[in-house]
Amino acid sequence: MREFDYRRADDVSGAVALLGADPDARYLGGGTNLVDLMKTGVERPARLVDVRTLPLDRIEPADDGGLRIGATVTNSDLAAHPLVRDRYPALAQAVLAGASGQLRNMATVGGNLLQRTRCGYFTDVTRPCNKRVPGSGCPALTGEHHNHAVLGASDHCVAVHPSDMGVALAAFDAVVSYETADGPGELALADFYLPVGDTPHRETALPPGALVTGVTLPPLPVAARSRYRKVRERASYAFAIGSVAAALDVSDGVVRDARLAFGAVASRPWRARAAERVLTGAPATAEYFAAAADAELAAARPLPDNGYKVTLMRNLVVAVLSELAEEAAR
Amino acid sequence: MAPSTSSTVTLNINGEKHTLSVDHRTTLLDALRERLDLTGTKKGCDQGQCGACTVLVDGRRSVSCLQLAVASDGREITTVEGVADGDRLHPVQQAFLDLDGFQCGYCTPGQICSAIAVIEEHAAGWPSAVTEDVRPDAGPPPLTPEEIKERMSGNLCRCGAYVQIAEAVARAAAETRSENRNETEGAAA
Repeated sequence: MREFDYRRADDVSGAVALLGADPDARYLGGGTNLVDLMKTGVERPARLVDVRTLPLDRIEPADDGGLRIGATVTNSDLAAHPLVRDRYPALAQAVLAGASGQLRNMATVGGNLLQRTRCGYFTDVTRPCNKRVPGSGCPALTGEHHNHAVLGASDHCVAVHPSDMGVALAAFDAVVSYETADGPGELALADFYLPVGDTPHRETALPPGALVTGVTLPPLPVAARSRYRKVRERASYAFAIGSVAAALDVSDGVVRDARLAFGAVASRPWRARAAERVLTGAPATAEYFAAAADAELAAARPLPDNGYKVTLMRNLVVAVLSELAEEAAR
Repeated sequence: MAPSTSSTVTLNINGEKHTLSVDHRTTLLDALRERLDLTGTKKGCDQGQCGACTVLVDGRRSVSCLQLAVASDGREITTVEGVADGDRLHPVQQAFLDLDGFQCGYCTPGQICSAIAVIEEHAAGWPSAVTEDVRPDAGPPPLTPEEIKERMSGNLCRCGAYVQIAEAVARAAAETRSENRNETEGAAA
């Protein structure tokens, strides 16, 4: 590991000043991803600015009925919070589906959003990777890609974003707040992650040196009936091969409102807006749930070894929406 | 302030303060084992994937292999060496012994630290990924074998002692609940 300077920030503006938009410096939250990447040499910062003890560890109800979540709130505290579990149960479920109890105690909301892909070529510094070394190539296209993207990828990168939490945040129209030397800013989660295109090394729309300070959830009554379902290769403590965050408002057998997002299928948490358009106003039946999934997955471009994800996601959407519809009918 | 690649930190471990100079690259795990001779905490994968290095940091279970020693300055750390009450083993330790919750023993310190925290997290009402209804109105989930397995899934055991580990956690949790009840009744009386 490269030697590095370490500073602990006292406040948000101090943290931004300590980082100084230096491309060789990194903010350190829980460290569960960054420290691991530093051990393998994927990340080689010259300076760490520790932001874990910043006063951004609160979850507070907003005046409009939404929720403000600080960037240093741990995954554990987010999932355990009564307001999260009551108003946005799929968010609590998504966080609980990720990692292990130990890692959730360490990992922060800000770090969760900014964690890097677990693509084996990205994490192996002896292999080419356009995300790690722009222009070096993408061995995943013809190599090991059974857990790679089927939506929104490009010939330059087919890696998936590993977050579970982000999938629920995408479904619920979360907004990310950040601070820079020039002042604060906001990005809707829908605009937070950049399209892959030919620049897979540019992952977010955050300005250089920006510190994520929190996430705001809007008031969203439909989210009170929501679920997160994750499929993985073992029962627990593994990344998703496909996941769905869904919320459904049904009355008289008709879908009044729906929110749907997919995980582990794209370079970012994938908001399924085409599916939502099919669902809204449609009968709450498995037939229409499948049609909604098909509308979204029509854009899928699977690789030779990950076509199963299209079937998996279709089945997952139908199962989760059916469960929610059944719950609504009770 | 000029850049520096090492710092003097004070680690509060099992109630005892240790002041030492650490290279910033040193993990809490390596500081415990290599600098402070606290070798109860084990190094398994060193990548946060096995749980062998689990310790309690400010009361919360954490993997010490992904925690930098310099970032642990001033925090309260409990390792497996610090969980017993003098000669009296922690109920989780005793249950692992009584119910054969291990074979080779390498993952055991991490399993024990994790289990202690699992019992506390459950008592605090935290749901898990197998909790059917996470909404607060649904009440806390009973600590079923399924709940224990999910909550302990961050600790791998290559010997496969999982069945006995889950039983040991269940027994220790039941004992802790009954102890807490007695204490509450004692306070009321």
